[in-house]
Amino acid sequence: MDVNKIREDFPILKRKINGKRAVYLDSTATSQKPRAVIDAIVNYYENFNANVHRGIYRLSEEATDLYEKSRENIGRFIGARSDSIVFVRNTTEALNLISYSYGRFLNEGDEILTTIMEHHSNIVPWQFLGRKGVKLVFTDINEDGTLNIDDFINKIGKRTKIVTVTHVSNVLGTINDVRELSKIAHDHGAIFIVDGAQSVPHMPVDVEKIGADFLAFSGHKMLGPMGIGVLYGKRDLLESMDPFMGGGEMISEVHTYGSTWADVPLKFEAGTPNVEGAVGLSAAVDYLRSIGMEEVRNHEKGLVSYSLERLGEINEINIYGPRDPEKRGGVISFNFRNIRSERISEHLRKEGIMIHPHDVATILDMDSVMVRSGHHCAQPLMERLNIPASSRASFYIYNDRDDVDSLFDALKKVRGVLKI
Amino acid sequence: MSNDIYMEFILENYRNPKNYGVMDNPTVKKSGANPLCGDDITIYLKIENGKIQDIRFTGKGCAISQASASILTEMVKGKDLEYVKSLGENDLLSALGIELSPARLKCALLSYKVLKDALSGF
Repeated sequence: MDVNKIREDFPILKRKINGKRAVYLDSTATSQKPRAVIDAIVNYYENFNANVHRGIYRLSEEATDLYEKSRENIGRFIGARSDSIVFVRNTTEALNLISYSYGRFLNEGDEILTTIMEHHSNIVPWQFLGRKGVKLVFTDINEDGTLNIDDFINKIGKRTKIVTVTHVSNVLGTINDVRELSKIAHDHGAIFIVDGAQSVPHMPVDVEKIGADFLAFSGHKMLGPMGIGVLYGKRDLLESMDPFMGGGEMISEVHTYGSTWADVPLKFEAGTPNVEGAVGLSAAVDYLRSIGMEEVRNHEKGLVSYSLERLGEINEINIYGPRDPEKRGGVISFNFRNIRSERISEHLRKEGIMIHPHDVATILDMDSVMVRSGHHCAQPLMERLNIPASSRASFYIYNDRDDVDSLFDALKKVRGVLKI
Repeated sequence: MSNDIYMEFILENYRNPKNYGVMDNPTVKKSGANPLCGDDITIYLKIENGKIQDIRFTGKGCAISQASASILTEMVKGKDLEYVKSLGENDLLSALGIELSPARLKCALLSYKVLKDALSGF
């Protein structure tokens, strides 16, 4: 994989910030976009824009064709047929859709089993079902940030109707063995949902192989535009479910006092869809496929390995999550902890202070190194780790060892800037 | 206003905060947090004869939130309640003397919000 050549494809990476090469280490939040994706969107608007599934005229038919071919292409990327691909805004919307439409089948006393390392988008939609007495149960993690399988097995049972798990943690980087978890879930008669927001962009994912009944992911984290995401669902499940939203496009017939629904997947796509988004995401999928997802994964594994090594050189840095790059996606969260500098007052020194991630991010930004800081929409995990927040660096195809070195150099300056 | 948010005055109050620590038997004690960053501050007040006789704070957070709390306690210690209640956000911000982005403004104003909250019954 030739990173320099790849970088050429990303116009934004040519931008200098404060006169310095931009070191973008926040692809877990959103990825940058290659020229091919930007061009596909421009091409759509310049040559094909019309509303889809409505017009009889040629332009509308062409737009519909582009939209549906995008669905097919994106489905193929995860080993799924196009009629099990529902376009949504993002992972969050996909999970809310399941909670709303499949949640109807759950009753008081039923349980949903998830994990403590989930993003808020895989927690809050399930809390909504608490109103009807559905209980949310969390699987704990081990000290090394991997999922505690014994705890998972202890907590799953007859009442468990849904198991919903992130494939890759957006904080710890932990790659969960979803195939194994799927087997356990199915053995207990539960459906299995995978939050693929951090896996589909970064590694080969095949819905059959991982045993997912539903898989949710976002376009913007995988080189595509914002505002387009995917819910994959097994066809019989999607067919059994009521619509999420009502309106145009999702109906078969509408009468004054009642309506019938369109077939899956259009049943779940009320209103004019994001055609630009689908076309852009399809171009992103083509781009990733041209590199190869195995290559993407190996590249990130190499960067994680190198980063663990370099960050490990800074004594006061605590790294969260698995140390084994085989078990970890391209994400590294860390904190400066237990600083006992002579320059801080005695009562603070006693406990040892943690340099707040916001200060770390501000200081790194002075060198145009962009990392995320905060709770990463994973407050229950922060609580579990007993930290208020962390800094997080994450990698993608356009990052290289120079970026890791820039991160390291900037981190070495943090204590100096704060004079502690 | 300085562009350097880590100028010496701020750092000094971060590393060696004034009035830091727990107070026994305070007249009022209030806590507040900024969940977005995980900053939290607790303020203890001893109020007598319409004056803030003593003030203490404890907390964890970024340099800006902690320095700001330290500077705020110095501004109000020994002062009449009437005066303290008349202080606005801008009085604290100009005392800090640094340019803050909207995100960091929340850090800087956390202690101010907790203090106002603590004084709401007085």
